[in-house]
Amino acid sequence: MPDAPGLELIRGEIEQDHPGAVLDTSFDRDQPALIVDPAQILAVLAWLRDAPGQGYRFLSSLHAADYLPAEPRFAVHYELLNRDRVERVRVKAMLEDPSAAGPVAGVGGALRAGHGPSSTPPTPAPPTEEELPEIDSCVELFPTAEFQEREVYDFFGIVFRGHPDLTRILLPEDYVGWPQRRDFPVGGEPVTFTYNERNYG
Amino acid sequence: MAEASVDTQTEVMTINIGPHHPATHGVLRLVVDLEGEVVRDLKPVIGYVHTGIEKSCEDKSYWKVIPFVERMDYVSYFFQMEVYCGAVERLVGLEIPPRAKYLRTIFLELNRIHSHLVWLGTTALDLGAVSMLWYCFRERDRILDLFEMATGQRMHTRYFQVGGVIEDIPRGFEAKLRGFIADMPIRVGQYQDLLDRNEVFLSRTKGTGIVSRERLLELGVTGPLLRAAGEPWDLRKAFDYLAYPEMDFKVPVGTVGDNYDRYRVRVAEMVESVRIIEQALDGLPEGPFIADDRKYVLPPRSELSTSMESLIHHFKLVTEGYRVDAGEVYYAIESPRGELGCFVLADGSSKPARVHIRDASFVNLQAFKDMSLDSYVADMICSLGMLDPILGGVDR
Repeated sequence: MPDAPGLELIRGEIEQDHPGAVLDTSFDRDQPALIVDPAQILAVLAWLRDAPGQGYRFLSSLHAADYLPAEPRFAVHYELLNRDRVERVRVKAMLEDPSAAGPVAGVGGALRAGHGPSSTPPTPAPPTEEELPEIDSCVELFPTAEFQEREVYDFFGIVFRGHPDLTRILLPEDYVGWPQRRDFPVGGEPVTFTYNERNYG
Repeated sequence: MAEASVDTQTEVMTINIGPHHPATHGVLRLVVDLEGEVVRDLKPVIGYVHTGIEKSCEDKSYWKVIPFVERMDYVSYFFQMEVYCGAVERLVGLEIPPRAKYLRTIFLELNRIHSHLVWLGTTALDLGAVSMLWYCFRERDRILDLFEMATGQRMHTRYFQVGGVIEDIPRGFEAKLRGFIADMPIRVGQYQDLLDRNEVFLSRTKGTGIVSRERLLELGVTGPLLRAAGEPWDLRKAFDYLAYPEMDFKVPVGTVGDNYDRYRVRVAEMVESVRIIEQALDGLPEGPFIADDRKYVLPPRSELSTSMESLIHHFKLVTEGYRVDAGEVYYAIESPRGELGCFVLADGSSKPARVHIRDASFVNLQAFKDMSLDSYVADMICSLGMLDPILGGVDR
């Protein structure tokens, strides 16, 4: 792992080529992280991959996290690995929630089809165009990201611009809502047993 | 009828294989474009056994997450436990005692043999070698017996805890394990005798499913698949975790990266795992098997009736659990299928804010298209077996 001064050196070098790309660094629990401007994420990833002396050519993992109630709320994490020096560095792109002012996003799944004794006449969740956070897709740089970006889209509703096939991957195609967001309740999904349908459906 | 213009020999047909099909090794659906018998396009469709484990983990205190993550990849449950417990230990800064490191190493390697046995038995079964399944599952049962003896459970043992392991190995375990590791290399030799000169097995595995090393690295493939293509990349060697730095073992690699190499690499890995277990047993240090930090680790049962302090700690740990300072950690280990990573985000409460498992099967599955394009359907089935996806891990 690059140590804390090494991380600052990397930051300084990126700053020379891409001013303003690195917003911050963190060195927590011996794990270095670069917090990057989401608009320049591809430039930074390409620099870390290709610049001489860097060689973070392997994308170990791409995942997202929801830091609610912090702002910006979402983060896409890129766990990069240099296999020659056996060093990992995490790149984080923090994303604002564009629908932050609107109604609580993501509970649409709980509103599907009336279930339970108190099911009111179906008031369909507003199908208005939901505003989703966006970031550039890194599939061109790291083909391994294809499934993982789809997974992030599936669970967090983060749109990857330029992804070849950005569809739901683990959840059903017609699923409504982004269940890994922190404001999506655990157990918010109605369980469709025939018992429920017969008695309440 | 006679003027039907459909030419079934050359027209491209789209066919569904799965989700319920014995050769897909789980609930995997493949949408395949076939021209005659040749695969022209392929798309894996997954998610049929998605159970929302990562979401459920956010609603459980740290120590209650362990049984959840175990049930993702249901064949390599010790690895799931290790990667999650290791990530939490790094979050809270807990050093585990040497005996726990060695015990964990022993059980991980036993689990690796177990996982490879399940793979070998089912894959050879797909290729027509039915008897392999019985031989492999015979040895697998001995491993499950060992798990049961030490942990009380055959699968999903919940043996690893944050800070160490839940209890020491029982009396007689070492003798039983030594008996097993004495037999295992002989058994592996017997498997090889059955398969290595089997004409059907050779013609179906040699030269099929080749993907270049560079392409595998681009696709993020790790584990035996990558090593079979000649890249000696093994996280046990690369990173310093558990007792692996003190172990002397080899990393088997292949040459061309076809299905035969994948088979050879995994079989060789079983023998190396036996060597690791042997060394870990010989060097098993005395001492505590779990860390002595009462803020994170349950006090011994015997103390509860004599010490008020212990009772308080026990009560706090069991009811609320421990709180973890805000922070995030990514920890990766070498599972039987490649890099198994765990990302844990702590927000200061007693429940993790995010648990993400980077499952090797999920990422490796992306290479399946490259492995199967322009080959026969039968080779595709062979490649799928050699890919060794565990759909519980893919879908989580």
